Amino acid sequence: MPTSEVDFGLAALSDQLILGAVLLYVLAMIGYALELAFATRRVNQAKQGKRRVLVGAGGAEDESVAAEAAGGEAKHGWALRAGTAGLVVGWLGWAANLAAILTRGLAVDRWPWGNMYEFVVAMCFAAVTAFLIMQIRFPVRFLGAFVFVAAMLGLGFAVRYLHVQAGPVVPALDTYWVAIHVSAAILASGLFILAGVAGVLFLIRKDGLSRLPTRAELERVAHRAILVAFPVWTFAIIAGALWADRAWGRYWGWDPKEVWSFITWIGYAAYLHAWTTAGWKGKKATIVQLVAFAALMFNLFGVNIFIGGLHSYADVG
Amino acid sequence: MAETTTDRKPGMTVKPPGGGGLGATGWLRWGWRTLTSMRTALVLLFLFAIGSIPGSLIPQRGVADDMVAKHFRDNPELSTWLDRLWLYDVFQAPWFAAIYLLLFLSLVGCVIPRTGVHLKELRRKPPAAPRNLGRLPHHASFTAATSVEEVASRLRKRRFRVATGPGWVAGEKGFLRESGNLLFHISLLGLLFAVGAGSLYGYRGNVLLVEGDGFSNTVAAYDRYLPGVQVSAESLSPFSFTLKEFQATYIVEGRQRGQALDFEADLRVTDEPGGPERDFKLKVNEPLDSGGTMTYLLGNGYAPSFTVTDGKGQVAFDGPVPCLTADKATFASECVIKVPDAEPEDLGFLIRFLPTSVKMKDGTYASAFPAQINPEVEVWAFSGDLGMDNGTPQSVYELNSDKLKPLLMQGKPVVGHGVAPKSVDAAPKAPAGEQAAPLQVGQSLDLPGGAGKITFTGVKEWVTLQTTYDPGRLPALIASVLAVAGLVLSLSIRRRRVWVRLTEAKEGDATVVEVGGLTRTEGGDAAFAGEFDDIVRALGARPAENAGDTDAHE
Ligand code: HEM
Repeated sequence: MPTSEVDFGLAALSDQLILGAVLLYVLAMIGYALELAFATRRVNQAKQGKRRVLVGAGGAEDESVAAEAAGGEAKHGWALRAGTAGLVVGWLGWAANLAAILTRGLAVDRWPWGNMYEFVVAMCFAAVTAFLIMQIRFPVRFLGAFVFVAAMLGLGFAVRYLHVQAGPVVPALDTYWVAIHVSAAILASGLFILAGVAGVLFLIRKDGLSRLPTRAELERVAHRAILVAFPVWTFAIIAGALWADRAWGRYWGWDPKEVWSFITWIGYAAYLHAWTTAGWKGKKATIVQLVAFAALMFNLFGVNIFIGGLHSYADVG
Repeated sequence: MAETTTDRKPGMTVKPPGGGGLGATGWLRWGWRTLTSMRTALVLLFLFAIGSIPGSLIPQRGVADDMVAKHFRDNPELSTWLDRLWLYDVFQAPWFAAIYLLLFLSLVGCVIPRTGVHLKELRRKPPAAPRNLGRLPHHASFTAATSVEEVASRLRKRRFRVATGPGWVAGEKGFLRESGNLLFHISLLGLLFAVGAGSLYGYRGNVLLVEGDGFSNTVAAYDRYLPGVQVSAESLSPFSFTLKEFQATYIVEGRQRGQALDFEADLRVTDEPGGPERDFKLKVNEPLDSGGTMTYLLGNGYAPSFTVTDGKGQVAFDGPVPCLTADKATFASECVIKVPDAEPEDLGFLIRFLPTSVKMKDGTYASAFPAQINPEVEVWAFSGDLGMDNGTPQSVYELNSDKLKPLLMQGKPVVGHGVAPKSVDAAPKAPAGEQAAPLQVGQSLDLPGGAGKITFTGVKEWVTLQTTYDPGRLPALIASVLAVAGLVLSLSIRRRRVWVRLTEAKEGDATVVEVGGLTRTEGGDAAFAGEFDDIVRALGARPAENAGDTDAHE
């Protein structure tokens, strides 16, 4: 039987760690922003860049990375260092975020995603994790400033508007299904956030010289993130259906949450579909991606706060 | 669809053939082609998603009936219109069905020809090498002592499908991409059939049980019963059980005081008539499974017990009364007792049940906690004709007091259950003093004018249960897992080709090996570059030699 024991010391520590994480994310963002602002500009159109002739597929790529063609001028050393500092501080913030989640979980002796606050905190963590891991393998440092803005806003919103004291959950949530279903949804959402950030930048970015990364780079990041996130999201929905079958006696009942996760799924499926088959890339594909992202966000905030339904365990603080 | 987008230019649509004189078959063919085209599928897909939106924003019958009723009361005109468009039953609406039927028709029309094409492709040899390997996106050349057979076997070892010719080798792999894609679409079809079978051959029933009550799985035992079209009353699996006890545990202290921690219903189950009995603890995420029919714990509440003695001194009512929970946080509940057997006149009672009764500053009573720590009831009594013998069905939770004579009122008026405010005003106030306090277990209240007596004899709890039988659930699960597996394959695997041409070197007995690679998946080149390097190395190139020459396009 679940207990109502809460370790208030740990819970308070968790709250402090979250504040620490927000602060570190702000610093990381500043570091990245400095790098972005004072480093070399990038050319969006590939006109003066060298362009390879491609045989067969891939020839449709209308923009290519041509940063190096912009004269090869050296980046300002200190701007680079600011970026590196941003990265280091970002990792520290990540560690604080992780520690906050762990201490909260230990304080209440359950998986720490039982309400909106915990869910949003974990989602921001997933987004930052996705970015930090991605930047080890791929050159996506240029996204840093924006990812940390998003994470900072998300955590800030959670602390200010969603925070509830650590405590036990209602019987419906006292099950290992939380670990399966919600974890998958969090992981997928984190990646979708990364893709969403890249997508918004894609739309903002004008042609020509800019300090923002090129559209091709942004698009590649978004596509990669969605490619990973989509199966995870699918898994989350299926796990959700399995859980609904255990808890509510049916696996699909068009509950508002189910409807919107389905819409989100369709949106991202359409994005991937369009990318491979219909040859929709660039702006059109990005708009589809952002529509799906809007559905994801509506599902998280809109449905929990305004609509409710069977899923309304969210305990919005 | 017959043409895949690979062999059709993007943006091209299927046009009706010919000018004016197009026969019926021509139109049919055109219609079928249009229906099964990628673009139509995408449009239908979007329509499907958009069509489900109103279902999440407007309350739906069967999910939130009370909200639907409220809509009708608040906006009669608008709601009639919404109802005409089936917007209160979106997921049963003909237009919604039309979308998904068209979508799946489109899916069938697409999957069948594509499966054929794919099966043929699986048997086809990789195409011969193009003339100029240097123009392929991935390219390398080196010299090494090797031969066509050697290269072919190395490629085979890397699980390439290989064809050879004089001086060249062609390899291809990644067919699982299309297999996965087909698996995905076929599984979606399977999912539709599973869901359909479930709703035809399954049923759902709801029942409320008070502690001590028994239930046996028959149509008559349900308070609400929703069978599929193909379900007959005899096909219900013949289990039965008794609800021995129900326990709810709540948080006692702190901010979350009163929040439930655990619900547990102790059942004594018999899976078939005459079979052995077993104990089962029914919990929120742990349904009872009896021969594939599942029973779920949905809700709980209180059923205080009463004995009513009428004006002639006879016991006219004795037993528990399930109450509606008026306040979920404190379980303050409202109950109705109807005693049509009372003499000389029918008696009716409205009861307010307070599981943890406390006296407020203003002298009224309220419940302070959901568990029964100090259970008390406030009683309103009426006499007159309950109208129960004229055949019109009545809710057991409502007492229409309009035509009844108020006998006695304790505490605050119960708002809600059919009590018109005018009868409240007409009600005689309870005599001051002891009687104004709510009843505790064991206490009785004499009705004025010798109309009888009501005794609060104890408290039981009730649970609401749902029983579901859905033969489609396992097939649906299998279909969706296969769909995901197919999806992962089709998203993660690249179709790729490698060609190798071997020519004698001008001097020495080494061979000049030229390798070209191509991936047919857009955007896959970057990821393929690494694999291509590996292949080149496996064919015998030394790292330094091919390093500068292999290039992906970035
Ligand atoms: C519920 C409906 C559908 C869903 C959710 C869906 C989803 C998907 C997904 C996620 C992919 C993988 C995209 C990729 O390979 O990158 C895909 C591929 C594909 N779908 Fe669908 N689809 C649906 C209906 C249809 C229909 C009706 C057709 C045919 C008329 C169709 C034709 C295709 C084709 C041709 C591909 C292959 C893409 C490739 O070349 O790799 N789809 N679909």
